[in-house]
Amino acid sequence: MKNNVWIYIAVMGAVSFLIRVLPMTLIRKPIKSRFVRSFLYYVPYVTLAVMTFPAVLDATQSPIAGGAALAVGMIVAWFGFDLFKTALSCCAIVLILELFIK
Amino acid sequence: MSTKAYTFKENRPAFLLGMRHGVPIGLGYFAVAFSLGIAAKKAGLIPIQGFLTSILCHASAGEYMGFTMIAAGAGYFETALAIFVANARYLLMSTAMSQRLASNLPFAHRILLGFGITDELFAVSVMRQGYLNPYYTYGATVVALPSWALGTMLGILAGNLMPAFLVSAFGVALYGMFLAVIVPPARQNKVILALIPICFALSFAAGVLPFVKELSAGTRTILLTVVIASGAALLFPVKEEQNEE
Repeated sequence: MKNNVWIYIAVMGAVSFLIRVLPMTLIRKPIKSRFVRSFLYYVPYVTLAVMTFPAVLDATQSPIAGGAALAVGMIVAWFGFDLFKTALSCCAIVLILELFIK
Repeated sequence: MSTKAYTFKENRPAFLLGMRHGVPIGLGYFAVAFSLGIAAKKAGLIPIQGFLTSILCHASAGEYMGFTMIAAGAGYFETALAIFVANARYLLMSTAMSQRLASNLPFAHRILLGFGITDELFAVSVMRQGYLNPYYTYGATVVALPSWALGTMLGILAGNLMPAFLVSAFGVALYGMFLAVIVPPARQNKVILALIPICFALSFAAGVLPFVKELSAGTRTILLTVVIASGAALLFPVKEEQNEE
């Protein structure tokens, strides 16, 4: 059986909206608990690190190019280059490795 | 700090900076959304439906999950539940972001900011110093979200036409952006410096361990985030002034 795609889209949109908006609108005061504050402080770093590796190895045709992008990105970011330049360096190394070397 | 933080004079540069930071996010989104469009096409969506889904949901794991449910002809409630699980990490992000807002920030701004949350837009937003100027996030959002939606639509239209090396090159822009967010603070903060390789190792382990590897990538991410961030918060609670940064 085939349901209505438009209704699916409405359901997906509604759930996605509520998940994102409810905490932001309901929590209007600073959270007091030191543990919760520390937890929330670490959340973005941990989430992003978890999502970066090993996923970056699968983002390219060969894991070597993905690994090179990871190494280059870490070095460039370590030396304080901004978001845009770091991202471009990663793209460039993958382009060079996959287009010219392979 | 409160109302006067949102004057036109400060909002304009904040918006423009946000747009600039939105460019690499948008590039990465485009490639990921393009491949998402291929999945949407398999589920029987037409281009405008893919565009609409991406504008409303803008979540790779969540949308992918949704398209799989549509393709399988799953029930609406079941689909809602699946989307909830795949997107549960946004509950955490929304909570974390609420702590970075001036407490008198109007309701409409909170709804708009909440609606726009993605992993990447959240990351660049919470890295701003002091209270978040919503216009910074809006700037990044107006660049990144249309790119995501257009990518999905073109993915449905053009399928496998984009050369693979371009998909690869676009695709790593996202990860470069992640690194630009997590690496510089690691120079100053030893806990973050130690957390990065730990996260890499555990994330790798979660992808190969029996049982855990059966979970969706989104669920694994939220599990690992809760476990690792709790551990770090217990062992190395943050000094108050660090939180205010």
